[in-house]
Amino acid sequence: MQVYLDNNATTQVAPEVVEAMTSYWREKYGNPSSMHAFGGGIAKEVDQARAQVASLLGAHASEIVFTSGGSESDNLGIRGTVEALAGRKRHIVTTRVEHPAVRGVCHHLQKQGYRLTELPVDGDGSLDLDQLANAVTPDTAIVSIMWANNETGVIFPIEKIARIVKARGAVFHTDAVQAVGKLPIDLSRVPIDLLSLSGHKLHGPKGIGALYVRKGTKLVPLIMGGHQEGGKRAGTENVPAIVGLGTACDLARRHIADETGRVRALRDRLQAGLLAGCKGAQLNGNQRLPNTLNISFEFVEGEAILLMLDDLGIAASSGSACASGSLEPSHVMRAMGVPFTMAHGSIRFSLSRYNTEEEIDYVIEHMPGIIDRLREMSPFVGGPEWRGTPLPH
Amino acid sequence: MWDYTDKVKDHFRNPQNVGYIPDADGVGEVGSLACGDALRLMFRLDEQGRIADARFQTFGCGSAIASSSALTEMIKGMTLEEAERVTNQQIADFLGGLPEQKMHCSVMGREALEAAIANYRTGQTGAKKIEGKVVCICFGVTEKDIERAIRENHLSSVEEITNYTKAGGGCGGCTDEILEILARVTGTPVEEEAPPPPKKRMTNIEKIRLIQETLEREVRPVLRKDGGDIELIDVDGNTVIVSMRGTCAMCRVASYTLKDVVEAKLREFVLDELVVVEE
Repeated sequence: MQVYLDNNATTQVAPEVVEAMTSYWREKYGNPSSMHAFGGGIAKEVDQARAQVASLLGAHASEIVFTSGGSESDNLGIRGTVEALAGRKRHIVTTRVEHPAVRGVCHHLQKQGYRLTELPVDGDGSLDLDQLANAVTPDTAIVSIMWANNETGVIFPIEKIARIVKARGAVFHTDAVQAVGKLPIDLSRVPIDLLSLSGHKLHGPKGIGALYVRKGTKLVPLIMGGHQEGGKRAGTENVPAIVGLGTACDLARRHIADETGRVRALRDRLQAGLLAGCKGAQLNGNQRLPNTLNISFEFVEGEAILLMLDDLGIAASSGSACASGSLEPSHVMRAMGVPFTMAHGSIRFSLSRYNTEEEIDYVIEHMPGIIDRLREMSPFVGGPEWRGTPLPH
Repeated sequence: MWDYTDKVKDHFRNPQNVGYIPDADGVGEVGSLACGDALRLMFRLDEQGRIADARFQTFGCGSAIASSSALTEMIKGMTLEEAERVTNQQIADFLGGLPEQKMHCSVMGREALEAAIANYRTGQTGAKKIEGKVVCICFGVTEKDIERAIRENHLSSVEEITNYTKAGGGCGGCTDEILEILARVTGTPVEEEAPPPPKKRMTNIEKIRLIQETLEREVRPVLRKDGGDIELIDVDGNTVIVSMRGTCAMCRVASYTLKDVVEAKLREFVLDELVVVEE
């Protein structure tokens, strides 16, 4: 059996999306900017996709800028804002649990001399909003806080956060890559200036994303050149992917009830099954996306779990050091203060609307055996107390 | 996904010699929960002094488990003199190779074997001790560990040294120091080592200032990265009382590591006789 539970990493492209894109690889190859029939019709279809994306967000089509994906959107939103302020404001606020795309930009700007505040989270992964309010000053150029965390699924109260930030006069950006399509979003009600989304996280193609730019928000483009995307992102449009993203957003809008209902029920079933069936299991994070489950298994290591799951055809991911190729457990687990006994054995299961109850039961059936096998091998479970040097290699 | 050889996968899926030997002749333990891998290696000798049984318990990734399994298979039937000549490269070769970034798993195997042999010979705890200067605070890697890994595996870059020893794989603050060690070991000429300056008597005020400075420069940056911190509470003679805060303080295992590392750093920069105690 093949069970794909790594949908926060990437998702299956919806068959409807593949179908919608096909003709743009073949006969509809025109450049939307061209003054002839080959191009003219295609410009309309790009705008239709723009409207589909806007509709999912409760935004206006003119506020959508297509990019190459979530990382570019984060880069454009943050760097574009900071550059537009031309050094008049030199402070940035973010959190310690952001996606590397946001952390990377913020740390880069810090090296350029910007002051950076990285807000901590508590053991549940939540932010202290008073701390946020105190951090935002008249010198704050931009606040970038994710809508939902990719590793734990923890949702931040983004509407409250946006109001706090806007009341203090800073630009507010949110990386909503994991939230779009999984949570209802209505930007006509929430004062967000910039919002990043990615195609391949919502059953669209890879290599396409969008940045929502509220009307009136000043932004210096990262990629300069032609007049495309309202002058905010030069380069001939990636038409097939844009059409694919539009279709994916349209599908997401229609499936949102499924996501918050059926997918949540499957996730809850998996959660209950694993917490009850596996030794030393602990849930990470509160107030989560309906599709995400992050569980730590005490005294065992995540990569080993993933390899055994893979042998059974089950795909998940881990915040352990070994699985990531770095030597330290994930920055999210560390920021939440998850103890090392647990952090190295954290596994993320992320579901999609394509998962079935049968698949979930298959995982619930096999996981306890995997954990037992690894615990039997672990020097921290069997045998005498560990006296060994704490110094590792 | 790691590109593991079939042999690695086989030893991971069907590990040989897992378990605990209650009446082992030698036990070696290296690693910790905090660092993401740990290995307890045990052996029993026969009347001829050959390794009759070898077993392991491992917390770690696929290649750590496979390396442990391979090592126990390799050393069965060996005398201790033969076993102590086993190199980490031989463990990796037995498995048909390991991904470069996973070579530290083979080093962990070799170290556990050495610790177990030392335990048999000296009767002292099978734990590896910090010897000499700690270069990498994040993973507690000493200068000696790094020098040895460079020599035995012909390493030529910081990245390789990180792959083999983990040194430099955390905050990266020790990169320059690793480069210096690399230059020295690989034969770039270095100046004659000057004899250490004679230690003069230190006033208490001087001592406290030096301890503060050392904590600030060598230890704090690493802890702060993880949301933790360390505070100097008191200095009583040569006993340094500190309090650990934040993430690190929550993890007993990590703070245990930390105490040793902090002590080694203070001994290096302040005074040989210092002992660190947690409040």
